[in-house]
Amino acid sequence: MFSFARFSAVLVKEFIQMRRDRVTFAMMIGLPIVQLMLFGFAINADPRHLPTLVELGDNGPITRAIIASMQNSDYFDFRGAVNGGTEGAAALRRGDVNFVVVIPQNFERDVMRGRHPEILIDADASDPSAVGGAAGAVGGIIQVAITETLTGPLAAMAGTPQPFSVSVHRQYNPEGKTSTNIVPGLLAIILSMTMVMITAVAIVKETERGTMEMLIATPVRPLEVMSGKILPYVFVGYVQTLVFLAVAGAVFRVPFEGSFWPFFLGFNLFIVVNLALGFLISTAARSQMQAMQLSFFTILPSILLSGFMFPFAGMPAWAQLLGSAVPATHFLRITRKVMLKGAQLADVGPEMGALVIILLVISAIAMLRYRQTLD
Amino acid sequence: MTDVIAVTGLTKRFGPKLVVDNFDITVPRGAIYGFLGPNGSGKTTTIRMLCGLLTPDGGQGTCLGFDILKQPDKIKEQVGYMTQKFSLYEDLSIRENLDFIGRMYRIRNRKQRVAQALEDLGLANRAKQLAGTLSGGWKQRLALAACLLHDPQLLLLDEPTAGVDPKARRDFWDEIRRLSAKGVTVLVSTHYMDEAVQCDRIAYIAYGKKLIDGPSADIPKQVGLITWRVEGPDLGTLEQRLKTLPGVEQVARFGASLHVSGTDKAALDHTVDALKAEGTHRWTEQIAGLEEAFIYLMAGSRDNFALDSGKAA
Repeated sequence: MFSFARFSAVLVKEFIQMRRDRVTFAMMIGLPIVQLMLFGFAINADPRHLPTLVELGDNGPITRAIIASMQNSDYFDFRGAVNGGTEGAAALRRGDVNFVVVIPQNFERDVMRGRHPEILIDADASDPSAVGGAAGAVGGIIQVAITETLTGPLAAMAGTPQPFSVSVHRQYNPEGKTSTNIVPGLLAIILSMTMVMITAVAIVKETERGTMEMLIATPVRPLEVMSGKILPYVFVGYVQTLVFLAVAGAVFRVPFEGSFWPFFLGFNLFIVVNLALGFLISTAARSQMQAMQLSFFTILPSILLSGFMFPFAGMPAWAQLLGSAVPATHFLRITRKVMLKGAQLADVGPEMGALVIILLVISAIAMLRYRQTLD
Repeated sequence: MTDVIAVTGLTKRFGPKLVVDNFDITVPRGAIYGFLGPNGSGKTTTIRMLCGLLTPDGGQGTCLGFDILKQPDKIKEQVGYMTQKFSLYEDLSIRENLDFIGRMYRIRNRKQRVAQALEDLGLANRAKQLAGTLSGGWKQRLALAACLLHDPQLLLLDEPTAGVDPKARRDFWDEIRRLSAKGVTVLVSTHYMDEAVQCDRIAYIAYGKKLIDGPSADIPKQVGLITWRVEGPDLGTLEQRLKTLPGVEQVARFGASLHVSGTDKAALDHTVDALKAEGTHRWTEQIAGLEEAFIYLMAGSRDNFALDSGKAA
């Protein structure tokens, strides 16, 4: 028997307390702004083994030499070949690969005839630090491949100017601005930080101050307490996201390419995951201080392993596995895909699925741990 | 059904520690029942088990006719529980606190009831003040008002007057007696003897065990203590000397006199006769009071505990 009257009483009480708690209020509005300003600078890395697809319009010895030397350079990790242009573009949008290399048809013949054909490399520059190093190195790599392949009668063609050109298309973030990459990811970090911590602290506060004892001595049911306590923080999440989007657009000029719904659904799901995590922490912490420390413990993986600070593709397999268990990893991809790549609902399906799984696991553990009594 | 609480064999462990050991209690309707005992003796744990805040590890019984193990939700509807520590929201105003509690119990005519409670408390003009800014005495009155808001049949009060001045304590007990006269059953834990004597029945608890249970007037008789009052010069020296003599089990200072007590009348009389002969002090035999009885019980239970742990080791 869920009593709506008791639920709304808890809800109203929580809002009154929130309004009177200036620190929480400041954290709610101030943190997104401060974080955005702080993280506005660049964090660079030179990751290797980036997943790459190749569209082979030609399969001669020069082409094979180019592909081989790209693979040998460690920057590119060829995952297969595609035929049409859309297939490669779709993989790039989904985030399956960072590069699509397009070798045009009759490439080899055109080289021989001195027509200077063009190799096109589509790069996912929504994460510029991930693709920057590789994109910069690719010209040199191919030059070496050519020099080694064009021997004998063709050696003359290996000299400058190059018999063909390489053109890198930086997609989604043409200027390679780091802030364009950092800022959408930052929303994931800000929400993880505040949502988890505020929820955990708000619940533990009742236990620490002894008010939980009074509360559970009344006929109120656990579900009424929990939903009444958590819902106000969903509202906090909304306010933070609005502040964030306003600052991101006005100060950093970050575009919002995609449609509203995938973003809206993704961020609601992410807020709920974080609240569940905060609730789980509150079942383990005995004081507000412990709740803060435990919350902080969950924030570090969100920053380090989610692909926010360091490119996800550059991490070893075990770290990627750990990172996949971090909710921020998936929400970060959703925001980047939607804001920068203009992704639609179907494009963010895998991330949504991952968030749902994480939510189910966290909620199950939290419910098992929650007690209606003081034991 | 005349017994509001009828529980047998109540047991609670926290890890390896037995906090409440096979506790039986029967409380008739309208009674004021006192829980006495040293700190950490299991009083709070027992109260928490009676109102469903803790799950007992053993035992059974009813509270207000409901099974304490199976129907804690029914019990909660009709119990007013006042915690040892002030447990209303310090960052809510007085009115907001009362209103919140009223909503938790879904009481009818909530607005009028809260207004009436504020009027009765004499806080109507301070209703917007934050509860955290009230003094100890006012917090206690507010807490009592909050747990009376839903007209409970049973009041569980856990050291309600700790840290409250004598005037406020007296007012508080007047209110308790008034409620008891109206048929509300009150179970109260306390450390104060002047409060203990106001209870109809008293249970003395130490280390999770109930050592004694009976009407407050009968307790000294049950303990079987014989007491002499000594007056005269240099009581300090006499006190040290008395403690070594046979038959003397307890020497306690009461103002300008010593109360010398023991349970072995023959041995105590022998010692007192010898000292009387010295003629330095005035000796009067008197009926042992509740306070001597409890000091005696407290000392005795500690000895028992030491003995138990000695055996275990």
